[in-house]
Amino acid sequence: MAYPTDYRYTEQHEWIHVEGDQIKLGITDYAQQQLGDIVFAELPAVGTKVNRGETVATVESVKSVSDVYAPVSGEITTVNTALEAAPETINADPHGEGWIVMIKPDDPKEIDSLLDAAAYEKLIAAE
Amino acid sequence: MITTIFDRKGHERVGGLFPPADTPHATAELIPPDLKRKVAPRIPNVPEPEVVRHYMHLSKLNYGIDDGIYPLGSCTMKYNPKLNEDLARLPRFAVAHPLADTSHVQGSLQLLYEMERILAHIAGLAAATLQPAAGAHGELTGMFLIRRYFEDRGDSNRKYILLPDSAHGTNPASATIAGFTVREIKSGPDGMVDLAALDSVLDDTVAGIMLTVPNTLGIFEERILEITDHVHRAGGLCYFDGANLNAYIGRARPGDMGADVFHFNLHKTLSTPHGGGGPGSGPVAVAEALVPFLPVPRVVHRDGSYQFDWDYPRSIGSMHSFYGNFGVALKAYAYLLQLGDAGMRAVSENAVLNANYLQTLLKRVYPLPYDRLCKHEFVLSGKGVGNGVTTLDIAKRLLDYGFHPPTIYFPLIVHEALMIEPTETEGKETLDQFAAAMEQIAREAKENPELLHNAPVNIPVRRLDQTRAVRQPILAYPFTD
Repeated sequence: MAYPTDYRYTEQHEWIHVEGDQIKLGITDYAQQQLGDIVFAELPAVGTKVNRGETVATVESVKSVSDVYAPVSGEITTVNTALEAAPETINADPHGEGWIVMIKPDDPKEIDSLLDAAAYEKLIAAE
Repeated sequence: MITTIFDRKGHERVGGLFPPADTPHATAELIPPDLKRKVAPRIPNVPEPEVVRHYMHLSKLNYGIDDGIYPLGSCTMKYNPKLNEDLARLPRFAVAHPLADTSHVQGSLQLLYEMERILAHIAGLAAATLQPAAGAHGELTGMFLIRRYFEDRGDSNRKYILLPDSAHGTNPASATIAGFTVREIKSGPDGMVDLAALDSVLDDTVAGIMLTVPNTLGIFEERILEITDHVHRAGGLCYFDGANLNAYIGRARPGDMGADVFHFNLHKTLSTPHGGGGPGSGPVAVAEALVPFLPVPRVVHRDGSYQFDWDYPRSIGSMHSFYGNFGVALKAYAYLLQLGDAGMRAVSENAVLNANYLQTLLKRVYPLPYDRLCKHEFVLSGKGVGNGVTTLDIAKRLLDYGFHPPTIYFPLIVHEALMIEPTETEGKETLDQFAAAMEQIAREAKENPELLHNAPVNIPVRRLDQTRAVRQPILAYPFTD
């Protein structure tokens, strides 16, 4: 699966997409492949304040449980509640319908430090 | 397919005759109508021989350490000596009541008292509690002790517990339930804690670190003294997870390495049955500064007798009813007295020797990402075996060869991990047979990968749909009629 060039990425295998004054956050195709079949997604409450690097959500597969980290500090504005009934959407469409939360960043400049698609693809090739 | 007792023929026959009740059925009127069940319970009604055959059949489908090697990494599935069981069944222990007057159970109290002292001796720490019911419960007890230690000092700023990324999953769970926030530290390329990464997060908000020594890669933390020293200098405490004590029991002591709190798994290191074979036990040993906070009641020896003492006002309270899983402590006590100090040294020596022997054989056919002398276990990778074969396929194929598979997909820092811990109670012949099966599977992966994708074929159930089992669990017995 291709990594969209208008997305940014983290070393912990999250992607973000800037939409207006907010970012959409999900886990990458590589991450969902490593996890295997996802069976549960624990989502935060709307309005939760998160600091960069802190856990915002947890995804559980048949193999393991993994935290999803906030790539920027900000406030959770929307969560993808469809994942509660259908967590497998993360496997089926990780970069699209499988998005997890939207965050309004405190400082949009934090986004600039994230990886672009080329750098992320280089990272996973080395793993 | 397995025939359960519900499916056995003979539902219409009864296995026993009860005399008519000689008291009135008063209870029927006392139950509110809306709480009365509408349908009779489906209790199997079969004659005694069918009951016995049912359980005998199930026992033959089982696989345990008494059947063969059980190399489940991080679980220390060693043989459980039968003498332990004999002693635990002695009526004077087995029928003792937890509410008996202490003057009637002096022997049992003495055993608890001595066991705590032996465990503190092994850990190189000041005192121990036998209350925690299992490893994760020991972790939780330890986290409560650390929290209370800082509360007692009036230091309310310390909210973080540090964890390496190779940690057992129970560690972050225990720290979180105890009210801490977890911070993960990345391991260095050698698989050990990166001191620079540790130092970058150490400050007066850190309550402590949780470490497993040796770590879950089976590698001893060579910089352990520096790690614990740095944490102590920052005012934090060091918690050691005892899951891997089998690697060094009798040879090194957590207290000497800088541990302030250490938990044992009696069901791992000290040979008591594991999992379905009985409850666990996770005693916790602590350094002098944490002794006042240990759970109550504590067993004390005073005025010539053993007593329960509740008078520890700074204690975290009770972690278990009465005094923990007494029978498990008794079996571990029997094991320790049989071994003595010299025996314990032989345990860790042979556990490490067996693991290195097997690692040497298997690294010829499977990638070993952290290739160095290991302690009691090692972690291979199933990645790169080829033909789309995964670690799950390898584990399932091992079942066809009559072996219990190793731990898989843990630790998380190794892709397609196969975590192998043979323990000291396996002989060279068994290790050779296991290695031969693993080598054969590696050949099959290249020549006939379908064998692996379809495995297992030689055991009572084929590959289970783990995903559907979680997404659509069937929580009641599916009667067909």
